Amino acid sequence: MNDTTQVSSVFERVATKTPRAQTWRFGIFSDRAIAWLFVAPTVLLLLAINIFPLLWTIQLSFTNYRANRPNAPIRYVGFNNYHDILTDPDVWHAMQATAHFVLWSIVLEVALGFGLALLINRRFSGHSFWTTVILLPMMLSPAVVGNFWTFLLQPQIGLFNDAIALLTGIDPSSFQMIGDVKLAPWSIILVDTWMWTPYVMLICLAGLRSIPDYIYEAAEVDRASPWRQFWSITLPMVLPFLMLAILFRAIENFKMFDMVNLLTSGGPGSTTEVASITLKREAFEKWRTGYSSAFAIILFVTVFGAANIYVKALNRVKQR
Amino acid sequence: MNAGTQAHSVVEASSWSKTIAATLVIVYAVVALLPLGWIFLTGFKTPPDSIAYPPKIVFTPSVEGYVNLFTTRSRQTPEFLARLPPPQTWYEQLVRSRNMVIAGPSKVVPRFMNSMIIGFGSTFLAVCLGTLAAYAFSRFKVPLADDLLFFILSTRMMPPIAVAIPIYLMFRELNLTDTKLGMILLYTAVNVSLAVWLLKGFIDEIPREYEEAAMVDGYSRLQAFLKVVLPQATTGIAATAIFCLIFAWNEYAFAVLLTSGDAQTMPPFIPFIIGEGGQDWPAVAAGTTLFFIPILAFTILLRRHLLRGITFGAVRK
Repeated sequence: MNDTTQVSSVFERVATKTPRAQTWRFGIFSDRAIAWLFVAPTVLLLLAINIFPLLWTIQLSFTNYRANRPNAPIRYVGFNNYHDILTDPDVWHAMQATAHFVLWSIVLEVALGFGLALLINRRFSGHSFWTTVILLPMMLSPAVVGNFWTFLLQPQIGLFNDAIALLTGIDPSSFQMIGDVKLAPWSIILVDTWMWTPYVMLICLAGLRSIPDYIYEAAEVDRASPWRQFWSITLPMVLPFLMLAILFRAIENFKMFDMVNLLTSGGPGSTTEVASITLKREAFEKWRTGYSSAFAIILFVTVFGAANIYVKALNRVKQR
Repeated sequence: MNAGTQAHSVVEASSWSKTIAATLVIVYAVVALLPLGWIFLTGFKTPPDSIAYPPKIVFTPSVEGYVNLFTTRSRQTPEFLARLPPPQTWYEQLVRSRNMVIAGPSKVVPRFMNSMIIGFGSTFLAVCLGTLAAYAFSRFKVPLADDLLFFILSTRMMPPIAVAIPIYLMFRELNLTDTKLGMILLYTAVNVSLAVWLLKGFIDEIPREYEEAAMVDGYSRLQAFLKVVLPQATTGIAATAIFCLIFAWNEYAFAVLLTSGDAQTMPPFIPFIIGEGGQDWPAVAAGTTLFFIPILAFTILLRRHLLRGITFGAVRK
């Protein structure tokens, strides 16, 4: 990565030194016009399909509008919706369920993903083949994955319970991952970890490969122990990459809908009802459009804040 | 690969540690692939075999799951079946052996076509728009470029259900609900952010001198873009297109809320492949297998660019 940035900065210097009047004069359009023409369609599309709806959501969040009663009079209720959400125990419950899901899935994915990356970085023969094999789950549709895991996690007939039974000797029908209040939150974590560990692994692997060998060689000359090398070379150098992976997983899992909706659809009761599932119930089952718009805005702001940190982290990684 | 691969390098792992690493990685890979293998096998089981207890590892393969996936059937009495003319095809015979007759084709083919049309349509649009915007961001001083790029990225960060509320109302006003056009526009908007970020990375890597030289030779800026930059960016454009296609192919949240029939894609359809008494697991597994095969092919094609794609171009190697 270092090489690419250096190379491009050299080209940039060369390019800026080229006399502009001479090279940019040709053609019907000025460069400025072309820049605008090229960017405009994307910006217009995003304005129409992202920003206009966003503004509409903000407006709706101050009303009692219900989408299933389009002809009912719309009344402005001020900040009532926001107040109701922030004092609603169900919403706080959903936030806790989301936090539990995000936290533990990231802990497991980082532990497994980083571990796998360290192992793959030993460059044993066939490592690139096995890397590709391991990557497969993360390319699949989360919804379809959630759906077929309901099959795998069935007590008795499911593969998972029988595999656990084989390993531990517990009766396979003595526990159910999806139906049990205690285990259901872990079943969504299990499936998410299965699916997204490769993601963390791939990014960590890039981090490990960005460490030049001469650093380790120097450490070896200084007789640093492998343990010391790990803590003072490997970990600090991989950390920006790891942060990137963690932030991205955090954002993705914070807004997780499809996999959880098909695996547990929030149940049993509301034990796995993460924020997006609550939002979907409020918006498309109870049709409290105004209320759910306010909830949507609160989620927007949270993700937007996280995205801001994410982009800063991205830039820091890029500068390395 | 540099000095690290030399045999005498201190960095090179010893052979026994390599063996241990290889073993652990392969064990993980095999365990992680078991669920996928199981789904593949379930597609070739009969419905009773698929829900047998304990789960059957050895079974007589059957294509009943695939037949059930592509047909709708109705149960009949043996007397009614006896009065029918003999079955014309092997699959009709298979269905009759279950005391059923084929009522007609299932909706899987139209749903698969919807996935293809919406996937390719939105990918084409997103890549076209994305290439233009990425070129502009890469080569020109666009005012507020960083803010615009962040704005473009942030649209992808929003929770889909939150976006779906106003989109649902908007589509209802514009009569776009459950239309392929509506879904293509929506997926284009979601994908264009990824396309801009990825393609900007790819175009940044094409030396500016190529176009500058072409322009000195009398090309206009547009000609230089079309004849010099685009051919150079082919790999990047192809990789970006595959990423967009995978997103549209896999997307569920918008599809389930905004489509119900005419424009429904595969992900909201597969969980509702129902037989008698709940999900028809062999048929679901067959549908899942057919749905995953293109992704498998794409993953192998993309493996060199995967890292870029999943990090919006932040990490390149």
